Amino acid sequence: MSKLTAAIVGPGNIGTDLLFKLRRSDVVEPRWMIGVDPSSEGLRIAADHGLAVSHEGVDWLLKQDELPDLLFEATSAYVHREYAPRYAEAGIRAIDLTPAAVGPAVIPPVNGTEHVGALNVNMITCGGQATIPMVNAVSRVTPVSYAEIVASVSSVSAGPGTRANIDEFTRTTAAGVETIGGAAKGKAIIILNPADPPMIMRDTIFCAVDPDADTDAIAESVHLMEQAVQQYVPGYRLLQEPQFDGPSDFTRGMRRVSIFVEVEGAGDYLPPYSGNLDIMTAAAAQVGENIARHLIEKGN
Amino acid sequence: MGLDKLDHRADALTRTWSGTHGDEPFGTLDLRLTDTCLRDGSHHKRHQFTAQEVEDVVRALDESGIPVIEVTHGDGLGGSSFNYGFSRTPEQELIRIAAATAKRAKIAFLMLPGVGTKDDIRAAQDNGGQICRIATHCTEADVSIQHFGLARELGLETVGFLMMSHTQPPEVLAQQARIMVDAGCQCVYVVDSAGALIMEQTADRVAAVVAEIGSQADVGFHGHENLGLGVANTVIAARAGATQIDGSVRRFGAGAGNTPLEAFIGVCDKLGWTTGVDFLKIVDASEDVIKPAMPEECQLDRMTLMMGYAGVYSSFLKHAGNAAERYGVSGAQILLEAGRRKLIGGQEDQLIDIALQLRARAGAGV
Repeated sequence: MSKLTAAIVGPGNIGTDLLFKLRRSDVVEPRWMIGVDPSSEGLRIAADHGLAVSHEGVDWLLKQDELPDLLFEATSAYVHREYAPRYAEAGIRAIDLTPAAVGPAVIPPVNGTEHVGALNVNMITCGGQATIPMVNAVSRVTPVSYAEIVASVSSVSAGPGTRANIDEFTRTTAAGVETIGGAAKGKAIIILNPADPPMIMRDTIFCAVDPDADTDAIAESVHLMEQAVQQYVPGYRLLQEPQFDGPSDFTRGMRRVSIFVEVEGAGDYLPPYSGNLDIMTAAAAQVGENIARHLIEKGN
Repeated sequence: MGLDKLDHRADALTRTWSGTHGDEPFGTLDLRLTDTCLRDGSHHKRHQFTAQEVEDVVRALDESGIPVIEVTHGDGLGGSSFNYGFSRTPEQELIRIAAATAKRAKIAFLMLPGVGTKDDIRAAQDNGGQICRIATHCTEADVSIQHFGLARELGLETVGFLMMSHTQPPEVLAQQARIMVDAGCQCVYVVDSAGALIMEQTADRVAAVVAEIGSQADVGFHGHENLGLGVANTVIAARAGATQIDGSVRRFGAGAGNTPLEAFIGVCDKLGWTTGVDFLKIVDASEDVIKPAMPEECQLDRMTLMMGYAGVYSSFLKHAGNAAERYGVSGAQILLEAGRRKLIGGQEDQLIDIALQLRARAGAGV
């Protein structure tokens, strides 16, 4: 099968980990790695793997005779908002790993093939990638009036972008819980835990459902979703069976479904505890591959 | 030796509350007190405060001369949730009622980045909140930078909370306090969320923070009673240079409760430290108004002692109790495991996972 070419913009932890994942792809060939710092370790690693690298930013890339089919943005929301129109102009399809939310949001096992024709798609947040599949697993069985996710990640895996924009994280994730998770109302909470050795990412998903909702059907759907996510994040696992608590004063009369997951990363470039970063790069690679397959089928 | 023979100068504070935050109706104070029973006590109350209770408590505290009263969901703005418990009355409504009731006291509110957002801060100010208190785990101060920036832009007075201060050495707390002050924070609190600090540890931490930021900002102390050291820790914190002090009348707070503010006020009177609060009035308020608003007294019992001993976040108490009851396991064991896992404030969800694991282990006969 032929491959589509890809550029990774942003040679930091995320971009470099993504490089390792894309190198395993049958349909996407990472050919460029772009940064702004000549001493970047990510650029050095990319060059070692035979990619064309530049520390002169996206302007350098856009001047090349051959342009990539796909571009993975692993910089910041600010940078992506500025450059997104130019990618579109050049006909490059952008997979945005920042919370810029220029294009429609994608969660692979929920709507992974829905926006394959879009010029720009957004990956929401790491917490969203880890939890929204489970909100959807419940809402595809029974109406969810409210869903709340709690993402705990190790402090060392939360980069300066997340720290400076923690409100954007909670807001973007909560919006995704609603639009893609299928909850009528969504809420997101993030905790950065400094424990040493670093804790593996953990997420709890609470959903409010009708008191007479079919708990067996919910549990089955949750297990199927676990398997679906494991297709691209093998270290994604349920820690417990889904828990069901009856309506009470403390749940405002709602029945509560509680789902506990752990996300252990593949350890490609980032250490396994940073499952939060791994699920982001793995999901982006999936989405990129879906787009590539779509374009290849269409005859590019 | 009679108390009147004590040389008060030996107990004199080296610093006076700076009062650099605009007009103060209280004159010069040695210490500026914040009562937090309507915020920290929200945990003990399982977030079920009524509008009437908040009005009654604020009026009583205000009339006693308490200069700052904190009102919010226990886990801060936006804390009403499955994870922390839903508020019976929306916190923004409680802030509005408190601000409308207080004649002299300023109303403070708490927010935790990652739980609440900037929009919540704006709403709290619209409802009459004047002091924005922003809390982070004591190694994660940089998540608060955007919120301090906004709060100062809005003209709010700012306070930073370094939670779980027992987990880090003094120099780390000083660095983290520096981050908050550079972001616009006007007073950094050493917060003993687990009630685990022993006096000298409190003094060392407060002194280190004073040394780092004392020329630019106030330093505060927020204590818990899980090892019975609330008042002792607070006295020593003041001697080390803390000039803003938290407590809750009748200990009405998470875990075994906060530093009992009325007791601390009595101690301040004995030491000759000016707080602006009338001791007899606050004692009456404790008995006649605060006590009726409490579901039960805050107790130093097996569960709360375990929190101080294992260094566990005080607001885990009720949640650990719920999980213990629901799954038929020991609440004390849940708390010990929470300490072993180094859980921090906000991770209440993990207590359910711990309870399920304890049950599975018991079922397996291990």
